[in-house]
Amino acid sequence: MKTFRRYLGLYAAFWKNSVAREMGFKANFLLWIVTEALWFALQLAFIVVIYQHTDHIADWSKWEVVLLMGAAHFIQQMFQAFFLTNCTSISEHVRTGKFDFMLLLPVNTRFLLSLRQVDLGGYFNAASAVAVMIYALWQMQRVPSALEVLGFVMLAIVGVLIHYCFMFLLSAISFWTVRAQGVVWAYYSMFNLARLPDSAFRGTFRAFFTFAIPMLLVANVPARVLAQKLHSPRDILLLLAMMVVAFLLSQAGWRVSLKRYTSASS
Amino acid sequence: MRKYWHVINVGIQNTLVYRVNFLFRSAFGLIPLVATISLWRTVYESKQGDVAGYSLAQIISYYLVVTIVDALTAVYDDDWQIAGDIRDGNISQFLLKPIDYLAYRFCLFSAQRLIYTAVASIPVTVFILLNRKYFVAPPDAATLGVFAISIVLTAMLQFLISYTLALLAFWLLEISTLIFIIFAFEYIAGGHLFPLDILPPLLAKTLFFTPFPYQMFFPVSIYVGKITGSAMYQGLLIQALWVFAFYALARVVWWRGIRKYSAVGG
Repeated sequence: MKTFRRYLGLYAAFWKNSVAREMGFKANFLLWIVTEALWFALQLAFIVVIYQHTDHIADWSKWEVVLLMGAAHFIQQMFQAFFLTNCTSISEHVRTGKFDFMLLLPVNTRFLLSLRQVDLGGYFNAASAVAVMIYALWQMQRVPSALEVLGFVMLAIVGVLIHYCFMFLLSAISFWTVRAQGVVWAYYSMFNLARLPDSAFRGTFRAFFTFAIPMLLVANVPARVLAQKLHSPRDILLLLAMMVVAFLLSQAGWRVSLKRYTSASS
Repeated sequence: MRKYWHVINVGIQNTLVYRVNFLFRSAFGLIPLVATISLWRTVYESKQGDVAGYSLAQIISYYLVVTIVDALTAVYDDDWQIAGDIRDGNISQFLLKPIDYLAYRFCLFSAQRLIYTAVASIPVTVFILLNRKYFVAPPDAATLGVFAISIVLTAMLQFLISYTLALLAFWLLEISTLIFIIFAFEYIAGGHLFPLDILPPLLAKTLFFTPFPYQMFFPVSIYVGKITGSAMYQGLLIQALWVFAFYALARVVWWRGIRKYSAVGG
């Protein structure tokens, strides 16, 4: 309990630092929020245009897909708020030798490495995603029960953690090859898959992005819970199992990388 | 002229360093492509027949040709480099040398596109062969010729727009958000996301008053046989006019920027 309180205190300090840093460049901070919102609007426009020519994609109706897109954006932005900048700057820390300094600090290094920077813009963008989801639900004339909302929140957290574990694992590879940015970028491009309806895919593609890299689960399962489209609890169990596997994998990768680490400079 | 051949040569050698990076990028870029194609295929399954005037083969070809044109003409990080040159004062050396910065940059851009296309052709060709059933050929040889000319104009337009935008770094400290915002417009209004003629006619017509469709949609729709006959030649003329307009604008912005420039840190 004491350690937990200590780490909570540390995270509060991270927050304070990040706010101070962001407020140094207010205009830039606001512009980034606008940019992210624009890209989100763009994805929604794509769906609206497709639905001009059809009334359903597999078993998904228009507003259900909008809900799914909102859910995917929410999960991605929360991941961004907590983890993204931290994961992408790991290779930079290794390259500049800052990582040595982090290893010496009396805290869990993975904690420090994963959470040091808070991306405040992520919270604002996540809020816009929630607004879109509420609008979609209103269009569907659906009022989710408290239990469904709770379920959504829990599953969204699981989704954020899955993104984090994969990104952390990929970043840990940057210990061996300093040029892992390409790999990190590749994962980032796969975010696009998360916001598409799962039943539009089949065959090996679907299997791969369900059981190997669960992109088609992270947002689809929580969105299905809200839209009451979940046919069996099997998908929820699968999502949870994938999170456990992803965490164990990222922890193993992290350990191996640490063992092989032999300082960059100094 | 010889000095510019030299620049191209240097550009090729510098970009060759990134070949693995390019391979990764182009290979992973296929994942969202597969996703988009699957999504459309699902739409066609329930419709039986054409959607918005496109057959399934035409729409799949549309996205495949977008990928090819994108490899040939997209600006990779030239704009960031130009902005960096201005911010860090590196541009001073070009003011002293008997070399034209625009031409210099265009040579580097061409060299880089050459290497990128060569590398990307491996995964893209494999992918097209896998989808050859859906890959339509252009109507005739003349169309193919116009398509080729149009690609060259597209590359010039893409380059000149990015170049002009990057020159705003003479006045603004931070232009990355601006680049992303314009990129968003190019992405949707250029036809990366979906063919523009599936939009409501009025909206599609309005878009054709902007340069965006000539950055992607125009050459691709020549290839898939959506723009033919006199409309094709007329479009080619308008595209050339846009290239000329942005060339003039780039010159003016450069000229004004240089007067403002104070060689910070140079």
